[in-house]
Amino acid sequence: MARILSILVGLFFTLALAWSFANGAYTQITQPPAVTAEHEFHLAPKEVHFASDGPFGKFDKQQLQRGFQIYKEVCSACHSLSHVAFRDLSQLGYTEGQVKAIAAGFQVPGVDPNTGEANMRPGMPTDYFPKPFANDIAARAANNNAIPPDLSLMTKARHDGPAYVYSLLTGFRSQEGFRNAKGQEILKEFPDAKTPNGLHFNPYFANLNLAMAPPLTSTGQVEYGPGNPKPTVDQMAKDVSAFLIWTAEPKLEKRKQTGLAVVLFLIFATVLGYMAYRNVWANQKH
Amino acid sequence: MSFPWAKEYQPASPLTKWVDERLPLPRLIYNALGAGYPVPRNLNYFWNFGILAGLCLVLQIVTGVVMAMHYAANTAVAFDTVEMTVRDVNWGWMMRYAHANGASAFFVVIYLHIFRGFYYGSYKAPREMVWLLGVVIFLLMMATAFMGYVLPWGQMSFWGAKVITGLFGAIPFVGEPLQQWLLGGFAPDNAALNRFFSLHYLLPFVIAGVVILHIWALHIPGSSNPTGVEVKTESDTVPFYPYFVAKDGWAVGLFAVLFSIMLFYFPNQLGHPDNYIPANPMSTPAHIVPEWYFWPFYAILRAFTSDFFFISAKLMGVMAMFGAILVWFFLPWLDKSPVRSSNYRPLYRKFFWFGLVPTMLVLFYCGGAPAAEPYVMLSQLAALYYFAHFLIVIPIVSAIEKPLPLPYSITESVLGNDEGAQLRPGHGATEAVHADAAVNPPLQGA
Amino acid sequence: MAETEGVRRRDFINIAAVSAVGVAGVGIVVPLISQMSPSADVLAASSTEVDISAIKSGQAIKAIFRKQPVFVRNLTAKEIAEADAVNVSTLRDPQTLKERTKEGKENWLITMGVCTHLGCIPLGAGEGETKGEFGGYFCPCHGSTYDTAARIRKGPAPKNLEVPKYEFASDTVVKIG
Repeated sequence: MARILSILVGLFFTLALAWSFANGAYTQITQPPAVTAEHEFHLAPKEVHFASDGPFGKFDKQQLQRGFQIYKEVCSACHSLSHVAFRDLSQLGYTEGQVKAIAAGFQVPGVDPNTGEANMRPGMPTDYFPKPFANDIAARAANNNAIPPDLSLMTKARHDGPAYVYSLLTGFRSQEGFRNAKGQEILKEFPDAKTPNGLHFNPYFANLNLAMAPPLTSTGQVEYGPGNPKPTVDQMAKDVSAFLIWTAEPKLEKRKQTGLAVVLFLIFATVLGYMAYRNVWANQKH
Repeated sequence: MSFPWAKEYQPASPLTKWVDERLPLPRLIYNALGAGYPVPRNLNYFWNFGILAGLCLVLQIVTGVVMAMHYAANTAVAFDTVEMTVRDVNWGWMMRYAHANGASAFFVVIYLHIFRGFYYGSYKAPREMVWLLGVVIFLLMMATAFMGYVLPWGQMSFWGAKVITGLFGAIPFVGEPLQQWLLGGFAPDNAALNRFFSLHYLLPFVIAGVVILHIWALHIPGSSNPTGVEVKTESDTVPFYPYFVAKDGWAVGLFAVLFSIMLFYFPNQLGHPDNYIPANPMSTPAHIVPEWYFWPFYAILRAFTSDFFFISAKLMGVMAMFGAILVWFFLPWLDKSPVRSSNYRPLYRKFFWFGLVPTMLVLFYCGGAPAAEPYVMLSQLAALYYFAHFLIVIPIVSAIEKPLPLPYSITESVLGNDEGAQLRPGHGATEAVHADAAVNPPLQGA
Repeated sequence: MAETEGVRRRDFINIAAVSAVGVAGVGIVVPLISQMSPSADVLAASSTEVDISAIKSGQAIKAIFRKQPVFVRNLTAKEIAEADAVNVSTLRDPQTLKERTKEGKENWLITMGVCTHLGCIPLGAGEGETKGEFGGYFCPCHGSTYDTAARIRKGPAPKNLEVPKYEFASDTVVKIG
C-alpha cells in the first residue's frame, strides 16, 4: 500500500516535470531564443598579473601609491571610496605627516562649531574618503542617469575583479569594425546594438555599453614622480587596479602570511596524527 | 544501551569517583566517545564525517559568536559593520572568512555524511530515528545558513531573502499573509533582518540539541558499518578510544589543512561577488543564485516551468523543492530491502552510481547556472530522475532485487578465511573472543 | 450515587484546571506569533503621489510605493494596439488592457514593478533596458516575460504584474494607494 502510494506521488512529480520539459523543448524548437549582442561580443577579462597574486604575494607599495594618485586625480571626481579612511593610507608606506597632508587636501562634511550649520572642513586621518555626490539622486543627475559605483570593494564585487578593472579601463574602443573571435562584426550582425548616445562602447562591460567615458586616455595624464615607470594608459590602469585590490582587501598580505604558517603547522600536526593512528591500529585488522 | 562486552567506567581518581557518584557525566562521555563504546572495526573513512560535522558546528558557533560582537542588524549599517569587522577588528578578517567558509565546509561534510547514509543504508532499521533526526538537522542547517547569508545585507543577501520568502507566497490562500508575517513587511527590510539575526543566533544551539539526540539514538544500536552486517561478537568491534579517536584525530587534521587552504588562499572562491555590493531593493542582480549548497534544490525549484493541470508552475516548484528533502524522511520505509550496504545490492548499486549520483551532479551544476537553456531542460531531466529514484526506483528495486551473499560477520569480512576467526552459527561469543585474542593481543589499560 | 457525582465533580475540576492552562498557553502564544506581523510603522504605508507630466509617450518611470517599485508607463498607440490584438482567452491570467487601466486613460499603464514569480524587479521601465520579446517587461531572475499590458506571456510567473489601487488626482498627478 505504502509502495503504491509512493509510486503515485513519484509519478505526479515526474509527469509534471516531463510536461515542463516537453513544453520547454517545444518552445525551444518553435521559438529558439534570440542570440543577443551581449552574448556574442562580451569578452572575458584580459590576463594580467599583480605583485599580490599567488600564495606568497605582497603588495608593491610603490605601485599602490601610484594607484592612489590615479584614484585621487582621476577616479575620485565621480567614484566614492567609502570604506577606506585616510589613516589606512599609512599601509601604503606614507608617513604620518604625509597622511595628514593628504587628508587635509580633501574637504569632508562637518558642522560649523559656532553656528551648528553643516559645512565643509579639511579632512583628518580618522575621516573616511568623502563622497563626490551628496546622494544617489545627485549622482544620477550629474552622470547621465548612471550612478558611479563605490570603488572600495570593486575588485571583490566582480568576477575576476582585478583583471576586470584593468580590462575595463583599457578596453574602450570604437564600435565600428569590432569583431569577435568568430570574425563576426558587431554592427553587421546586430545593427540594433549600436551604442546609444551618451554611452561608451566597451566589450569588457556586461552589456557592452557603459555610461563612464574612458577615464584614462593618454600617456602622462597623471604625472608620476621620479623613479616610477612611464605613465602609459596600460601602466596607469594596472596601478589603479593594484590600488583597488588593496582597498578591497587591505589584510591580504597578512592573510597569506598567516595562512602559510597555519597550513605548514597543520600539515606537520596531521602527519604526526597519521603516524599516531598507524601506531594505535598496528595490531588491529580492519 | 551498549554491547554486553563494553568496558565499564572505572573512576581513576577519588575526585572523578566523587563526581561520577553525584553526576555521572564522566561515565556518559566514557560510554559515548571513550573506551566504553564498542565500534565496528571495519569502518572506512566515510565514517569520519560525523565527527567532522560536529567540529564544523563548533567552529560556526565560536566564529559566529565572535562575529556577532561586531555586527549590527540594521539595514543602514549591517553591510558597513561587516566590512568594519574585516578591516578594523583584530583578526576580524579571519573570523569572517572562517565563518563564511565554515558554512561551506559544514555542508561539504554533511553532504558526504548523507552520501554515506545513502550508500550504506544507514537509515534502515534499527537506525530510523538516527536518520530522521539527521534530516531534521539538515533542514535546520539550511534555515540557519539561509538566514546567515542575509545578515551582511549585500545584493545577494537581499535578493536571496526576497526570492526565498517569495516561495511562501505560492501557497494557496495563506501564502501572501504568511509571507508578510515572515518578513514583518512587504519586502525584506529592518524587521526581517533583525528577526533573521535573532534566529540565526538561536538555531545553531537548537541544532546542537538535535545533534545530542542524534548521537543518543545512534548509541542505542551502535554504529552501522560498510558490510551492513550487525555486530555479533566482541571480535567485531574495537573500543572507540583509542582506535577511533586516533582515526578521527588525523582525519580532523586533514580536514583542517584543506579548510585552511580555502580560508587563507581562496576565501571568496565560493561566495558570490554581488554580495560585496550593498543591498539595493531597486535593482535586481542579473543572476540571482543562492550559495552553492542550495543549488540542487534551487534547480528543482526552477525546473517546473509549466502549470500542471490546475496547479501553477510556481506552486509545483515550491512543493517539489520542499518535497525533495521531505522524501528523505520516508526513506527507511521506501527502501524495504533487508540488506543495508549497496556493496551487496548489485541492481540498486547501478541505479545509485548511474542514476542518483549523476543526477545530483547535474542538479548542482544547473542550480548555479543562469535560468536559460539548456540548463533548465537539463535540470528538468535530472529532477525527474531524482523523484523517480526515491519514489519509484527504490521501492521497486528493493522488492525485486536479489542481493549478493553477505559475510556472516564483520570479523569474517575483515579476517577472511583466517581459521580461528571463522564464525559459524552455534559458536559462542567466548570462542570468538578467544580467536580474536590470538590475532590481536588485548590492549592493556585502554 | 453521591460518590460517583463527587468523582465527576473532581474530574471536572481537573479537566477545567488543565483547560485553564491551555487557555493561558494560547494567550501567551498569540502575542508571540502576532508580534512578527508587519508593525504599525510598516503598515502606515501612506499613499504616493506621482507627477506624470514629464513622461512622454513610449516612456516609463519607476516610482516607489511601500518601498517597492511601481512602473508608470505611457503607452504608444502601437503598444495599445499590440495589447488589444491578443486573444485574451489564450492568456495565463486573462485580462484586457481596458481592465488594467482607467477609462479614458488607456495609455497610462500603472503596475507594481514586482515580478509575480518570486518578487524580482523586471527590466523594461528604465532607459535602455530590455523590454523582452513581447515589448513589455522582462524579469532577469527566471525569465518571465510580460507584454505591453504587463500581462504574463512566457516564463514561470503565474500572474500579470499587479495593478495597485490608484486614481488620477488631476491630469498630471496619480495618487497610488
